[in-house]
Amino acid sequence: MSHLLLDAVSLGRALARMAHQIAERNGDEDGVIIVGVQAGGIHLARRLALLLKEIWRRDVPHGTLDVSMHRDDLDARGTLVMRSTNLPGDITGRAIVLVDDVLYSGRTARAALDALNDFGRPRRIQLAVLVDRGGRELPIAADFVGVKASPRANQRVDVCLTEHSQRDEVLVEDAMS
Amino acid sequence: MPWNRRHLLDLQSLTAGEISAVLDTAAHFKTVGERSIKKVPALRGKTVVNLFVEPSTRTRISFELAALRLSADVIQFSADASSLKKGESLKDTVRNLEALNADFIILRHSASGAPHFLARFAQAHIVNAGDGAHEHPTQGLLDVFTIRQEKGRVAGLNVTILGDILYSRVARSNIWALRKLGAHVTLCGPPTLVPRVFEKLGCRVTWDLESAIRDADVINLLRIQHERQRKTMFPSIGEYAGLFGLNHSRRHLVKPDALIMHPGPINRGVEIDNSFADGSQSVILDQVTNGLAVRMAVLFLINGGRKEEIAA
Repeated sequence: MSHLLLDAVSLGRALARMAHQIAERNGDEDGVIIVGVQAGGIHLARRLALLLKEIWRRDVPHGTLDVSMHRDDLDARGTLVMRSTNLPGDITGRAIVLVDDVLYSGRTARAALDALNDFGRPRRIQLAVLVDRGGRELPIAADFVGVKASPRANQRVDVCLTEHSQRDEVLVEDAMS
Repeated sequence: MPWNRRHLLDLQSLTAGEISAVLDTAAHFKTVGERSIKKVPALRGKTVVNLFVEPSTRTRISFELAALRLSADVIQFSADASSLKKGESLKDTVRNLEALNADFIILRHSASGAPHFLARFAQAHIVNAGDGAHEHPTQGLLDVFTIRQEKGRVAGLNVTILGDILYSRVARSNIWALRKLGAHVTLCGPPTLVPRVFEKLGCRVTWDLESAIRDADVINLLRIQHERQRKTMFPSIGEYAGLFGLNHSRRHLVKPDALIMHPGPINRGVEIDNSFADGSQSVILDQVTNGLAVRMAVLFLINGGRKEEIAA
């Protein structure tokens, strides 16, 4: 069983609203860098950077961050596939917007904060997620949220994007299906 | 993820997919070494024991640094100042280390199969850092990693391994990794050190240096293993250098884009001269840098591995 949380139109609106909120909270002079967390956040980060480019009328740098070396649950997760970390230049003094698809336990966000720490000292770090599904295990909250949902623990939130799927949509699925 | 092993015992039993998983992971760890903060917390709280029953400097240092950069605690255990000298068995030594909650044991041992023996009873993750003349899997992995980084691929390349093949665990691990990834492997050296039996591993065996290096995309030179030879296998070092040494007079035989590799320590003037060791084609120091990244990848991957291996 699965049900649709966001269709293509509402997903596009959610991202556009998030981009405007990011622009409101950060001035053009803050040197915002959009950083997508591997793997779910990288396409969303690129899209948000493009939306911000329309708002600010300049290129907005964006990059990717892999957090597998910084996770606190490596023993429980088994072997992870490592992906590339590629930050556009020095992050010290910049405003970082971390982007991920789904915020759940908060452990990925915590690992991302530690990973960023190894590259420099940003002026501030904010968190943008397309879906906040609750269930936090750490005192972490998102600054920008596309949609909130309350699926059961045995349900999975599936973010599909045209970069790798047929259409833009977010589904809540029973783990069995 | 194709990697699910708890130990790294040899390359013979790995699949091409598992070898590629190590190389892909190592590429990410190599970038960690290029940052100003070269350390990640992946093995925080873990204890790594470097159990080097046979002496080694560069491999031991490389493993030590790899473990430190993953935030593990490292204990050095060397044969010459240890309980093994007092008659303790290897099994008892390892049980004592495990009683101290060692999570990883990196074993260098003169007996082939020693790491497989440990894997049968040890709870810790076992990494083979060289067992007799059998295998040196992390050296094989770092060599194919270096080839892949420099040439962009391994499949289809002509790789010549030159020197003491018979006594070389480096040669054996290289042969397994290279053959599994689809390279053409040529072995060359004096007939006493390069027996025809290696053809059974899918290698070309030749005792003619010119035919071995003429088409080579990679030339991997091996040191003459004085310490592993029971009797003299060739008349003299001078004659070996004259017949099989890579020196200036053979420059015209070597492809201009061939990689020159050597696991070290190099004997200048014997298997290689300065013009090749320090030349633009040499990736000998890149191998050292890459070895660190490969060993970080191996420790990281086996930490997440679940599969119990049935030791041979």
